[in-house]
Amino acid sequence: MLPFSYQRAGDIGSAVAAADEAKEIPPTAASVQFIAGGTNMSDYMRLGVNRPSRLVDINRIEDRSLKTIEIGDPEIRLGALVRMSEVEDHPDINRRCPMLAESLKLAASRQIRNMATLGGNVLQRTRCEYFREISWPCNKRDPGSGCAAMEGFNRQHAVLGTSDACIATYHGDFAQALIALDASIDISGRSGKRRIRFAELHHQPGDRPDVETTLRPGEMITAIIVDIPAWAARSRYLKIRDRQSYAFALASTAVAIELDGDIVRQARIGLGGLATVPWRATAAEEALQNKPLTEENAAMAAEAAFAGAQPRQHNAFKIELGKQTLVRALLEVREMRI
Amino acid sequence: MTMNEAAPPAKQNMGDPLRRVDGRLKVTGKASYPADIPVSNLAHGMLVTSGVARGRLKSLHLDAARAVPGVIDIITHETIRGELLAPEFGSSGSTSIGPLHDTKIWHDGQIIALVLAETVEAAREGAMRVVAEYDEEKPSTSFGSQGTETVAAAEASKQFEEDVKAGDFNTAFAAAEVKIDAEYEMPTQHHNPIELFSTTAYWQGEELIVHEPSQNVYGWKAEIARQLKMEPDRVRVVSPYIGGAFGSKGPITPRTAIVAFAARRLGRPVRCVVTRPQAFTTQTYRAETRHHLQIGATREGKITAFKHEGWEVTSRPDPYVVGGTKTTGLMYDYGSVLTKVFLVKADRPTPSYMRSPPETPYVYALENAMDEMAVALNMDPIEFRRVNDAMREPIDGRPFSSRSLMECYDEAAREFGWSKRNPAIGSMRDGDWLIGMGCATAIYPTNIAPCAVRITLTDDGRARIQTASHEIGTGIRTIAAQLAAEELGLDISAVEVEMGDTRLPPAPVAGGSNTTASVSSAIIKACGEIRQKLFHAAVTSNDGPLAGLDPASIALREGKLVTGKVTQDLKDAFKLMGAGVIEQYSEFRPDAASAQAVSNLYKGKMELVSGDKGEKVKYAFGAELVEVRVHRRTREVRVPRIVGAFGAGRIMNTRTARSQLMGGMIWGISSALHEATEFDQRSARVVNRDLQDYLVPVNADIQEVKVILVSETDNDVNPAGVKGLGELGNVGTAAAIASAVSHATGKRIRKLPIRIDGLIG
Repeated sequence: MLPFSYQRAGDIGSAVAAADEAKEIPPTAASVQFIAGGTNMSDYMRLGVNRPSRLVDINRIEDRSLKTIEIGDPEIRLGALVRMSEVEDHPDINRRCPMLAESLKLAASRQIRNMATLGGNVLQRTRCEYFREISWPCNKRDPGSGCAAMEGFNRQHAVLGTSDACIATYHGDFAQALIALDASIDISGRSGKRRIRFAELHHQPGDRPDVETTLRPGEMITAIIVDIPAWAARSRYLKIRDRQSYAFALASTAVAIELDGDIVRQARIGLGGLATVPWRATAAEEALQNKPLTEENAAMAAEAAFAGAQPRQHNAFKIELGKQTLVRALLEVREMRI
Repeated sequence: MTMNEAAPPAKQNMGDPLRRVDGRLKVTGKASYPADIPVSNLAHGMLVTSGVARGRLKSLHLDAARAVPGVIDIITHETIRGELLAPEFGSSGSTSIGPLHDTKIWHDGQIIALVLAETVEAAREGAMRVVAEYDEEKPSTSFGSQGTETVAAAEASKQFEEDVKAGDFNTAFAAAEVKIDAEYEMPTQHHNPIELFSTTAYWQGEELIVHEPSQNVYGWKAEIARQLKMEPDRVRVVSPYIGGAFGSKGPITPRTAIVAFAARRLGRPVRCVVTRPQAFTTQTYRAETRHHLQIGATREGKITAFKHEGWEVTSRPDPYVVGGTKTTGLMYDYGSVLTKVFLVKADRPTPSYMRSPPETPYVYALENAMDEMAVALNMDPIEFRRVNDAMREPIDGRPFSSRSLMECYDEAAREFGWSKRNPAIGSMRDGDWLIGMGCATAIYPTNIAPCAVRITLTDDGRARIQTASHEIGTGIRTIAAQLAAEELGLDISAVEVEMGDTRLPPAPVAGGSNTTASVSSAIIKACGEIRQKLFHAAVTSNDGPLAGLDPASIALREGKLVTGKVTQDLKDAFKLMGAGVIEQYSEFRPDAASAQAVSNLYKGKMELVSGDKGEKVKYAFGAELVEVRVHRRTREVRVPRIVGAFGAGRIMNTRTARSQLMGGMIWGISSALHEATEFDQRSARVVNRDLQDYLVPVNADIQEVKVILVSETDNDVNPAGVKGLGELGNVGTAAAIASAVSHATGKRIRKLPIRIDGLIG
């Protein structure tokens, strides 16, 4: 592990002031890194994937707004330093938007969720095996070195949003609920604050898989803002994986439906474990709009969601699994008693 | 789960479910594992491993690593050359590949350097900064790769004498009324014990002390001494507690002598903890296997022809044989038998033992085929096994010393409710979940080995047992104490047990489920000799209550010598001997072992008498019944319940026995649904190198696991009447699950693990 210095920031201003603002490198490769829960950062430092020379610990920032859940109607504001477990336990969130709470409950393990923060969660980096082990070529870790996963063992890799340079999956669960709800995030940097749609946070890999987000050098996420419509009570997060718990999704979906009798007025669908970034299945949402929620229509929506899917040698099954996961979730939310 | 379930009441020929004597130490963190031992002035070692699987090391650039503050020294092939003898593949050693003895690269992740530093962090950073250049060659990964070499196991290996066969398979198969012909595959698996592999070595003058988790301290002592060119008497191997082994800590790997060498070179203690990813390439693993089975039977379900061919991956230089046809070839009354085992040499580390090494893959294939045959015959799979059950093996017609297979099936079926199974495929459902039920036979040979033990009994009624056996979690400390307490008429709290140190009397490798049988046989012998000494003193004395009585009528109970209503305190019997202590050193040699078996034990050469030898063949049996649920859309497989019934001779302690069998079945579920070491086929390199990607079940995957201990008495196996069951539980499980999945879905998955990939679409 590279020797590093450690600094504690007392407020947002001093945290971003300590950050590295080198323009030519993406924030993930900067020599100064923020650390909060550390569940992903410390792992990747040990593996040599992240080699920061300085860590700025933001856990002790005194600004309470970073650590509080504010429940409004329809707006819910989640501070970036709120721990995953705090949100999954929150009764209002469980009642008003089950998929948001479930996307956290079904992630990692409770021990990790007690540490991991929401801001860090949405910025978690891929678990592609070829990215994690530094002896492989990887365009994301070492730009221009090639992609070992493309023709390698790519069973867990993405089928949506891929490029010729990278097929690494974005593994997060929470982000799928956020993107389905069209959440926003607040960001602070040396040049001030800004708010963006969550959907604008992540970059598809394209020819620069090392540039993962639209965050500018030195910027920090401070809050997540979600409008929760009343009908989001009819929602769930379905996660299919190789074991019952403590595993990343092979396919998952965050589904919320506004039903008027049998008719879908609005559908919100996020897909996890299948794409290179948090993925909103807008084509599937549109396919369902103003139609009865039947098995046939659910299947049609699933077809639409995967129209552009690109399988590789070992992950072709994820397309069919993704479709079935979505159909199952749609039919299960239909049966929910609200 | 109730506490009662964890402590089943003892039936006939079973010992009470006493609690583990070291349980409290372990759960409170007070048991010191080898990497926990405090050592002063410690230098930390970090391995550097190769990034290619085949070729030659062209150059190593060490300057950047040496420049890391805290780095002391770097051991490479140039440092090692001529100093260490190469490892040997065979009785104690995992491989002949000397990773630092040459520049040749034999496999992915081979050790190419050892960085020594003042801290773990500096060692790790130094290791990361070592740059290697290779003359790379195209490697062969596994079956189907170009450049592998296939050889017959019986010709390549001395350990595998012959391919068993009987009768005329070809004629019988041609004439059979119903036939099946199928191929099965089991992937590479890694043990992944939670305790990482580690070596701590230090020198006291000319004596070397090695703390390392080991299942074979005497074997390791001999091999370490040989590699370091020193007298075995100057080497001590210490391994009192082991945090999971499963075979992975059985054979010694080349790292140990390298670390010992480094400690000598530095003149200070060195500790090297192997990282989880490095363990995937520097330690041993279960070889992937392929199986081709053909079974022919009459319409009534009587098997007439059985053929089992196996292919097993091994390294280029070492002919490690899995060789489970010895077991599958005698499991049922086949009529005719033909078997053949092949080794496929690839650019891989040498595989080795992993829980039930031959039985797990070979019985997986056989029991799948048995289920397929039952389906082809339209027979209940349990009834099909009953038709082909026999009390004699089909190769030479020797009787089984005991065989409770059908009792196991009957007890398990009753508990499971097998009669409610509708045999029609896909016929059982619960909402969107398809239900399937399957069964399989478990079998494991009863092995036994020489063992020495020292038992010290003092006149205050306390006993100490000393033997270099190994507590790998099976409960041998508890069983040893429990047995000695029973034999000497003491409470278990009065018995202390010392194990896992080459300063103690030698014991065999903790492998092949021989430990309980071997150690118990030695304890029974030693306790018998202690009783004889005491009773002799009591009856030959001039006075005392037992004077002149028949020693055979005396027993030891509750700290007293007892015959009828006459008793004598232990203390008084000791007085008659004129001693306060009896120190009894006993060596147990199994009847079928060679005359040199005991002296070889001291030299670290173990002679394991295998269950397939002798006038009677000796095996433990079991039956496992499982229910699976498969979601009709997303096709994930769940295992809500599994019932296993096992007949394994005398059960020493029902609590530890149940725990072993339950753990085995859970591992069987893991093997069926989760575990596989995945390879990048182009480079022969492991892709999933840690517990994020190498999956084992978590609590949520394991629901109802029921163990039934079937009463069985077998006085032929060994003096203790013990068959051993550490490896029995995970044999057959994967086949039972594959059969249940087939029953639920109509899809027979012939390649493990069974995952959504194979069931969807």
